[in-house]
Amino acid sequence: MTEPLLRLTGITKSFGKVTVAGDLSLSVRAGEALGIVGPNGAGKSSLFGMISGDLRPDRGTVWFAGREITGAPPHARTRAGIGRTYQVPRPFSHLTVFENVLVCGHQGAGLKGRQAWAHAMDVLERTGLAPLANTPAGRLTLLQRKRLEMARALGTGPRLLLLDEVAGGLTEPEVHELVEVVGRLHAEGLGVVWIEHVVHALVSTVERMICLAGGDVVADGEPMHVLADRKVRELYLGAGPETGSGTSAPEEGA
Amino acid sequence: MTLSQTLIARAAQVRVSRAARSSKVSGAAMALIAVVLAALPFLVFSTVTDTLVNLFVLIALASMWNLLAGFGGLVSVGQQAYIGIGAYSVIALADQGVQPYLAVPLGALTCALFAVPTSWLAFRLRGDYFAVGTWVIAEVYRLLVVRIDGVGGGSGKGLSGMSGIDQTLRGALTYWIALALALATIGGCYLLLRGRVGLSLMAVRDEETAASSAGIDVTRAKRLVYLISAAGCGAAGGVITISSLSVNPDAIFSVQWSAYMIFIVVIGGIGYIEGPLLGALVFFALQQVLADYGSWYLVLLGAVGVAAALWLPGGLWGLVRDRTGLSLFPVGYHVREGGGDAASR
Repeated sequence: MTEPLLRLTGITKSFGKVTVAGDLSLSVRAGEALGIVGPNGAGKSSLFGMISGDLRPDRGTVWFAGREITGAPPHARTRAGIGRTYQVPRPFSHLTVFENVLVCGHQGAGLKGRQAWAHAMDVLERTGLAPLANTPAGRLTLLQRKRLEMARALGTGPRLLLLDEVAGGLTEPEVHELVEVVGRLHAEGLGVVWIEHVVHALVSTVERMICLAGGDVVADGEPMHVLADRKVRELYLGAGPETGSGTSAPEEGA
Repeated sequence: MTLSQTLIARAAQVRVSRAARSSKVSGAAMALIAVVLAALPFLVFSTVTDTLVNLFVLIALASMWNLLAGFGGLVSVGQQAYIGIGAYSVIALADQGVQPYLAVPLGALTCALFAVPTSWLAFRLRGDYFAVGTWVIAEVYRLLVVRIDGVGGGSGKGLSGMSGIDQTLRGALTYWIALALALATIGGCYLLLRGRVGLSLMAVRDEETAASSAGIDVTRAKRLVYLISAAGCGAAGGVITISSLSVNPDAIFSVQWSAYMIFIVVIGGIGYIEGPLLGALVFFALQQVLADYGSWYLVLLGAVGVAAALWLPGGLWGLVRDRTGLSLFPVGYHVREGGGDAASR
């Protein structure tokens, strides 16, 4: 078996008495699409923070593409090939949509000149933002901002895409559009790790799912099996998600 | 096809322009203004050019503070540290026999050198603490300087090496150096912001956390603007010294300089090259008009500052920009073709 693209070993992290990761280990293969579910406070966003470099684990190591990155700052991880989105969009408001993505191509992917322009336009077309290229990012709607989050992450030329609740707060048709975009990217060979409360969006895209609770992995496997797992159903207060029925988990929001 | 092959194929289709049409006109107008200003010592009395030296110094200082706070998010109240170090560098270098006018750029360099270790200390602080910390650092530099007898201790020192120059020529040279400083700070900011580094600075200005996720080394970007700003303020300190022919530690290390810089940038508009330019003109005009009103002058300046902060978050330039879409120094990108919206301009 080849070296996984992303590997976390024995990750432990607490804020005071609250443990957000307790000896957590996880591997993601190159090109794999992994969905992460779990109740609020399960440690999903903290896990993302430790992969993207916004948080540093108390113990344990993080490896990416065969190199240890446990102590590396966020920009170095981006340059290494980890692109992330934020749950609450953080656009560069005074820059245009094109410039938002261009700066990611410059700094994250190391592109220059016309190649950087072409890359940025390519990403904008894939994410459906090309008609808005010259619009200041501060004027975008929520759906457009979520797309821009994804466009910027893609702009850095990632090998692994971290999606943090990109479907949250969107209408059903909008979720469907986003799922299609992610599905296409994954089909082209991009690795995806996706935290999502809108479970049906995950089920239609990922081939593997884990459920986090109390800072640990309680279930890991095919999405249908994970959602059918007794422990997972108990976590959702017995009102467990009817697998594949297209409903959201009851733990909506956050 | 590999990624780079795909991009080369695409690159032919994407058309991006860097300058708005209005900027050609404004660029020509600004070049004309610069030429007229450069010719001014031949046209007007020296009282006018001497006054304008102050304006040029204010433009340079405000541009540097704008770079620091508007793009690096570093709200410093201690840039007078570098005004002082620049001024004293010119004094000390002139004492060593260096021509005072040549000592001005050397003073700027000295400030950049001092800024490196200072940034290690100051960058450990964030937000409000950074502001207070920079002020304290400036005071520490003042206290250190007044302990050096070679530069006059607490009472300051006169500038040597200027006595051999004819007074009219001296006034004109000082004026030209001040003008060159103002043009260099504005032109330097423009060139810096137009490039790849500039785009990342604007990203840092808008959203620091997202900037680091975009692959930008945020600390490095901040250190860069801190060093440039230190050098610019140092050169301004040097110009102040060759203009006044002496230096006083309490005046040159005064926190009043920071108050001026902040005032100018707040009323002019933070985060845009045009802001400090417009703000300095307004501030200079207020100074000239209100100078006879004693302490009311300061009260009025304060009221204008508060009003601008409350009702003009983008400053005067923000107002102009929103109303007209005008940009004297276009640093952005405009996609013309290959983006599916070639029609929209």
